[in-house]
Parts: sequence; C-alpha cells; structure tokens
Amino acid sequence: MRTPRPWPAMIAGALVTALILAPLGAVALRGGGLARLGPAELSALWFTLWQAVVSAGLSCLIAVPVARALHRRRFPGRRALITALGAPFILPTVVAVMGLVAVFGRRGIVNAGLGAAGLPEVSIYGAQGVILAHVFFNLPLATRMVLQGWQAIPAERLRLAASLGMGPGPVQRHLEIPMLRAVLPGAFLAIFLVCLGSFAIALILGGGPRATTLELAIYQAFRFDFDLARAAALGLTQVALTLAALGFARLIARAPGFGAGLDRAPVAGLGTGPGLCAHDTAAILAAALFLMTPIALVLIRGLPALPDLPPLIWRASANSLAVALASTVLTLVLALPLALATPRHPLAEAAGMLPLAASGLVLGTGLFLLARPFVSPTDLALPLTFVLNAVLSLPFVLRLLVPEVRNLAADYDRLSNSLGLSGLTRLRRITLPRLARPLGFGAGLAAAFSMGDLGVIALFGNGDRITLPLALYQLMGAYRMDQAAAAACLLIALSFALFALFDRIGHHAQPR
Amino acid sequence: MLSLDNLRIEQGDFRLSADLAIAAGARCALIGPSGAGKSTLLGTIAGFLPPTRGRILWQGQDLTAIPPGARPLSILFQDQNLFPHLSVTQNLGLGLDPKLRLTPDDRAQIEGALARVGLANLGLRKPAELSGGQQSRVALARCLLRARPILLLDEPFAALGPALKSDMLALVAEIAAEQGTTVLMVSHDPADARALCPETVLVAEGTAHPPQPTGALLDTPPPALASYLGS
Amino acid sequence: MKYPLMLAGLLLASPVLADEKPVLTVYAPDYFTSEWGPGPAIEAGFETVCDCDLKFVAGDMLPRILLEGEKTEADAVIGLNTDVTARARATGLFAPHNEETSALSLPIAWTDPVFLPFNWGETAFVYDKTRLTNPPASFQELIDAPDDAYKIAIQDPRSSASGLALLLWVKAIYGDQAPQVWAKLAPKVLTVTPGWSESYGLFTDGEVDMVLSYTTSPAYHLIAEQDDTKVAAIFPEGHYFSTEVAAQLRTTDQPELAQKFMDYILSDDFQGMIATANWSYPAVIKPGFLPEGFATLPRPAKTLFYSEDEAEALRGPALAEWLAAFGK
Repeated sequence: MRTPRPWPAMIAGALVTALILAPLGAVALRGGGLARLGPAELSALWFTLWQAVVSAGLSCLIAVPVARALHRRRFPGRRALITALGAPFILPTVVAVMGLVAVFGRRGIVNAGLGAAGLPEVSIYGAQGVILAHVFFNLPLATRMVLQGWQAIPAERLRLAASLGMGPGPVQRHLEIPMLRAVLPGAFLAIFLVCLGSFAIALILGGGPRATTLELAIYQAFRFDFDLARAAALGLTQVALTLAALGFARLIARAPGFGAGLDRAPVAGLGTGPGLCAHDTAAILAAALFLMTPIALVLIRGLPALPDLPPLIWRASANSLAVALASTVLTLVLALPLALATPRHPLAEAAGMLPLAASGLVLGTGLFLLARPFVSPTDLALPLTFVLNAVLSLPFVLRLLVPEVRNLAADYDRLSNSLGLSGLTRLRRITLPRLARPLGFGAGLAAAFSMGDLGVIALFGNGDRITLPLALYQLMGAYRMDQAAAAACLLIALSFALFALFDRIGHHAQPR
Repeated sequence: MLSLDNLRIEQGDFRLSADLAIAAGARCALIGPSGAGKSTLLGTIAGFLPPTRGRILWQGQDLTAIPPGARPLSILFQDQNLFPHLSVTQNLGLGLDPKLRLTPDDRAQIEGALARVGLANLGLRKPAELSGGQQSRVALARCLLRARPILLLDEPFAALGPALKSDMLALVAEIAAEQGTTVLMVSHDPADARALCPETVLVAEGTAHPPQPTGALLDTPPPALASYLGS
Repeated sequence: MKYPLMLAGLLLASPVLADEKPVLTVYAPDYFTSEWGPGPAIEAGFETVCDCDLKFVAGDMLPRILLEGEKTEADAVIGLNTDVTARARATGLFAPHNEETSALSLPIAWTDPVFLPFNWGETAFVYDKTRLTNPPASFQELIDAPDDAYKIAIQDPRSSASGLALLLWVKAIYGDQAPQVWAKLAPKVLTVTPGWSESYGLFTDGEVDMVLSYTTSPAYHLIAEQDDTKVAAIFPEGHYFSTEVAAQLRTTDQPELAQKFMDYILSDDFQGMIATANWSYPAVIKPGFLPEGFATLPRPAKTLFYSEDEAEALRGPALAEWLAAFGK
C-alpha cells in the first residue's frame, strides 16, 4: 500500500525552510563565511540557554495546576477568563514591559505594598526580571496547551476513572501524567525556543550586559561591528539549538494513547471536596492576578490620552489589521498541511518549527541581500511584513495543532481510509471540524502576533505605510509617552479583539 | 473467491503466513489464541498494513496495491466506527458518497437502511446520544449501504451483552445472506463461530490455516486451539 | 515566492500615482520621518523650493547602505550619528557637501567636508526636580554618591548611539580611570535598555530618578507640556557633544538635487524649525530660531568631543571596560 506524497506539506515545508535558511546563507556568503565565536558570544550563549530552560520550566510547572483548575471548575465567566488569560502572549514586548514595571517595578504596586508593610522591596531588574517576564509572556501559551491536553482526554476515560472510585491520586497516575507527558515536552519546547530569541525583554529587565542573549550578540555583530560572519555564525548557532531542542522533545514525548471518545459532555463532579476546590480557586485567582494586573495597569495608564491620539493612528490601525488578517490566512495555509503530515514525516514538524530559530536581524539582512538585485526593497516592505509575520507565528500554530492531529490520526485514520474519505472532502468533513478548536486558537495567536509585531524589516524601510506598533515606537521616540501609552492601550484592545474573535469561532465550530 | 496468495506479514517480532482461499459468499470465522494475528490479518486484507510479500486477490483481481477505501470490502472495528461530530445520517451518508453530497434518493436509502436495522427516525442524533447497541447498528447499516461484496468484522460487538450480541450477529447473517456477502469474522467465542460461520480459519503459531468446517474443527481441536479453548 | 509577494503587494499597497517630477531619495531614521519627527515639515519645505519629489526611506540607514554599496538608491542621507561616520566615510560612497562650515553655530569646531551637522545637543542625565531633591552637581558627585542615592536608566552602547556617547563621555573625562568609574556607577544603574525610548519611558513613569538623555530634553516638556520639572544635570567636567549629520551620495543620479538638499539643510527655513521639530539645537542659530524654552536651558561650560578617528579607536576598548564592569 502506498501513501500519496503530501505535496502541500512538502511545498509549505520547503518554502519555510528556504525562507529561514537562505537568508542565513546569504549573510554568511556576504560575510565571507562563519566566524569563530569568542568568549563574549559563548557567555551570551550560556545565559540564553539557562534563562530559556528556567523560563520554560517555570511556565510549564505553573501551567499545570492552573490548567487543571480551569478544567475541573465550572463558574460563570470561565470561558471568558480562559480567553482573557491568553492576552499576555500576544502583547508587544514594550507594552508588556510597561505593564510589568507598573506592577513589579521600583514604583510598582507590589513594592508600594511591601513598603507599606515595612518589608524590603523586590527588584525586577536582573535575571529574575527576565524570567518573570518570560513566564508572564509564556504562561498563557503553556496553560492553553495543557488545558487542551486535559480537554482531549475523552470524557469516557474520566467517567471510567470516576466509576472506579479513583481519587485524585490514581487519576493523576493513570490519566493526567500520561497526558502531561505527551503535552508538556511540546509546550516546553515552544517556550524554550521563544525565550531563546529574546532580545528586548532580556535587555530592558536584565539590568545590564549580564543578561546578554544570543539575539543581542547578533545585534552587536550587525550594528556595532558590522561583522556579518559573526552574525551568521550566531544565527547558525540558534538554528542548531532549535533543531537539537526539537530532537530532544521528540525523544521524550510519548503519545498518551487514550483512544477516542464520543464527544460526550465533560464529567461533572471530578475533584470535588473543599480542599481541592480551595486549591483550584487559589490557582485560578493567582494566575488571573499575575497575568491580568499588568495589562489592566497599561490600559488604565493609556485610557486618558486615547482621545488625543492623532488621526494617523487610525490609519495605522487599519494597516495593522489588514496585515494581521492576511498573515493569519497564510499561517493557517502553511500550518495545516505541515501539521497533518507530521505523524508520518517528522521533518514537516522540524521545518515548521524552524522560524523560531530565526534571528530577526539575520532574516531581515539576508532577505535584503537576496531581494536587492531584483526588486526595490522598499516596495517589498509591506508584503514581507505580511509573509514574515505569517512564518514567524507558524511554530505556535503548529505546536497547537500537532498533538490534536496525532489524536485524530490515531482515532480516525483507519475509519476514514476504510470509507475512502480523501482530499478536500476529508479536510472539510473530518479534519477541519475535529481541529476547529486548536485552529481557532492558533489563528487568534497568529493574528494578534502580527498585529503587535514590529516586523524584521528595519532594513527595508517602512515606506509610507505605518503600522500601529511602529506608531507606538515613533510616539515614544518623540517624547510623547502619554500618547504612546494610549496607542499601547489601543494595540492591546485590537490584538485581543482579533485573538478572542478567532478563538471563539474555533470554539463554536468544534462540536462538543 | 478471496485468495491470500503466499501472504506474509511481518511487524517487529511478529510473523504470520497465509496461503488460503475463501469461497465467495462464504461466512468464515477467524479463531485462534490472543496475539496470534487475527486482527492483523484482517487489517492487512482491509489495506491498513502492507504485507511483506504475497498478494490478496478477489475474484482474480489483485487488491494489494489498492487503497483501503477502494477495496471491495467494508470493515467494522472494535471501536471508532462512527465519527462523533457527524449525525447518524451523515455517518451513513459517508457510505454512499464520501463527499456527502446526498441526493433525495440517497436520503431515502439511508432511511431504509436505518429502518432495516431498527433505528428509524434516529438520523439526526449524534453517536454520543445512542446506546452501544444502537451505535453498532448504525455502523452495520453503513455496511449495508455500501453493499461491498466482502464484510470484515473485527469483533465489533464484543462490548455488547450476550443477548444484544447474538441479535447483531443474526442481523449480520440476514444481511449477508440477502446481499450474498462474503463475511470474515474475528471471534473469541466458539458459540458465535458455530452460530454464524459454517467455516473457520485457524490462526495459530504464525500461520493462518485454510478454512475448515467449523463444527469439526471445534469438536476435535488441534493442540494449539485446544489449549486456547480450554478443552 | 515572487508571485504571492506581488499579490500581497497588490492587496496591500495603495496605487502609486504617476509623477513627472524628479525624485530625490533620502534615507532617514524611523523617528525622523514619523508624523512627530521633523521629516514631514522638511519634505514640504524642500519640495516648495526644488520642484521635485522628496522621498524619505525610513529604516536602518548605514547597514542598508553598507549592504547596497555602489548600487544604493539613496541620493542623500540625513540623521546619521557621529558614531558611524567613520565607517560611512570608509565606504567611499559619500561626496563632499560643499557647504561653508564656518556658518555653523556649534560649541565645537566642525570642518568635516563630507558630513554636515544639522542639529546638536549634549549627552546629559535628566531628572525630575520634584522627585530628586539632591541632584549631583558634578559627574564626580554622581560617581561618589552612595549606591542607593539614585537609580539611573542608561542605554546599551551596542545598540544605541546615546549609549555609546556615554562611553566616550566617561573616557573623555576620566581616561584610564574609566573602569573604576564604571564600577562605582554600575550599582546606581537600575537597568540598561536597548534604545533611548525605553529608558525615557521608565523615567517619565517615575521608575528611575535619572535617565541618560540630552541637555535639550527638558525643552520638550517646557514647550510642549508647559512642564518645568524635568531638568538636565549640568556638570562642570563637561558634556559629550552629540550631533546628527547629513551627506550626499557620490553615486547619486540627481547630483543637483542632492546638492540643493545640502543647501536647504543650512537654510533658515530648515534650521528655524529644528528646535521644536527635532527637540535639539539647530546647527545654525539665528535670532528667533530658538523658542523661549530653549533659550533658558542651562548650558554646560565645556563641551567634550572626540575626533572621528579617536572615537573609532576608543570604542572597542571602552566597550570592553564597560562590559567588564556591568557584566559582573
């Protein structure tokens, strides 16, 4: 029996791989090869690695009780809360930092409280600040991935567990731990890779060059030394790290093997008892406070100046929305075939995760070198923003889809094949309905991501078309901090609206 | 005639050979110890697992390279026979047209098949809203609609109670007789085999033996089967 | 690859109107061309005198020109910082500006035939006098203050021109003593940000007591916000000079227009709007060019500046010293 070659996935994979590796090659070629890394770069590599491991580990660790609580408890506004908890992940860095400083900074509310209680103040600046910010950013992603894992345990299995009188302990051993073993390596990997590429957060909250990441080392190679060979070598290091992490995650991830359920309603009455209830309530409240307060403070800071925003902002918003929507479509078009090919072709997943390894500067410079002989780079600025935003959000969408695709394949591939379901019909009737939820969430992330992304196109020039995050930076650069705060407020609102919209669509489209 | 021509299946340590033929319209049980490879053999015939060598022929046509959905057979698995997000009608419709473009004529056929298995007017329900026996009937109704000459049963009724199970087997026998279907059924229960299948293929010790009359085989089982039957 | 890109371009781009006028392409930094930067006014002003279309291309100017080489689209650049002029000059891509540099009103002598300053200021620590009641009266006082006296935000010299200017400032005052200076300054530095904006945001939010900025920064608050609480600490040791320059490309296909643009930069029209469009001193100061807020800003007694060659030679070792102190 021959399986047809997955052409769409091969094309998508080749496209993404070329888009990430060709620029790296172009930079290396122009730089005359790769430079050896010196002690400064190696110490940057070390800091990058350990902060990424700690950040990803903490995010996953905290995500487990939060996701479990959200899964077990039913309360009014639960779904709205789940959506809202996704918000930090989609914040532009500078906005997130504003919010975190407002909460944990020297003049933040935490230190105000500690001061009032006569306690010593805590400092957000240093490695702890970098990790705090990374957890703030990535806890939402981890929580959603783990929650998805919980929801993917068929109600039948939980019912069986309940009927067997399994308490929380045995349920954990027989259902939750296998599920976590399948889900957490993927979540850890995604977050580890996000933190690997951290630049502005590490710099602003890192407190100084102690917190030099690889990405900053690349920045220095470009801006300070104009040493393309060193930039290329650092870029290649990032790619190698990504591939190694990917391989490692594959090694330790195990399919949970729950089998399919019949989409029955979730079982009520799991994890009852006042102790567990208090535990869950505390987890939910703590997560909500941690994730929502910084955003609330940015909103409060920005609201007063909202009416003062110049008309240009509305044009910038419209541009950003257009780019975001177009990017989202492209992300899904790339992600779906890659995800569907993943169970049989591990390379598809590797290709799809590769963009996480891409250094924005290397990518931008390489594409500039490649495009320059053919087109005026300025004309490419907007199309490239759209393509790169799409490609850069691909890994997240893929990460969300892959576990669900594996389940779908394990549960329904035989039946679909035996009925001769194939091609578009299978996509429309089986694949899309069964993947609607991760697709919706993924589309929401991709849209919000492109909304907030500054683009890696500084070299290309922005032409005349300004986007909302760019306007925000320009306002900051022109001393207009109040208006910048208002623009941040608007950016949060629009990004979140897009995200929530797609997330809801997915939720309603998927039966259950 | 369904021929397994010098067939060999290998999966890790597992090996199974089969060189046998089953007459068209026959009803044949597959009996043998757990892990002997009954389901694997069925999966290979259905096209989910390529054989390492040999051919599968139906009426002289080589099926080995044909994808599962295009083979002249229907299969019922132990579970996951229905898509949970589709209604009963849609699940049945997939048997008529995988693209689910159902004509009024198709819908009438679906209603007819549902009535035939005793589920008239349940077309709008989702599988989760049906009992286990009803779910089995829906799956069987789909085989009825597909009307393929071969029906493979991989213990689809194992989870049903004894009374329900014998009802379902009787229904299978009726339908198979009407359509002249060749039935291959994995069974753990000698009584089922005796009731439904005049012939039996013994799968044991790496070989699927040519079909023998069920009664004789079960009355004087060879040693491999005897220990399994506990007699 | 190309086809979807073009498609996207069609989808997203507004139609380009055909224009008969010659186009002068000028590379400029992002802040410059924004609605809140000097770009729009300069564009309008120059187009009334040149009968041409001035097109700003915003982005990373020097890296782009280094990558483009001879084939660059730029006819001129504006907004380069002095930290990169040495590398820009080394490309041999830039032509003399042909302007009379004696007309410049800078606190230092400027005789560069290629790079033409259009604004200036000095690097300084800015604070809020309502929050900081005991500001340092000198650089030495700042260094000698107890570790918890002030919390300061500075910029990373590897990613920011003002961050690099601080390195040279300390070198200019303290020379070989720089490592000890950094060691004493480091505990007072709350954080190091990639660019000026993030630092300044931390300052206006009250997160830091002082921020590395410019002597001209208070003018914005004074004039645009009628807020006189933001003050630059003026040190007797002197302040490091900071200027942005323009230049024309040797490879331009519009040499006359490019030269006209150089002329325009020193015109009254251009120089008269710099103070409030760029929040810095104009390169040519004539009566009426400085609004009241600027005129009352305190001036340092001494302005420090390294020649291009000195600065280029110093920046590597100075960075190493800085990294050694802050990397601990």
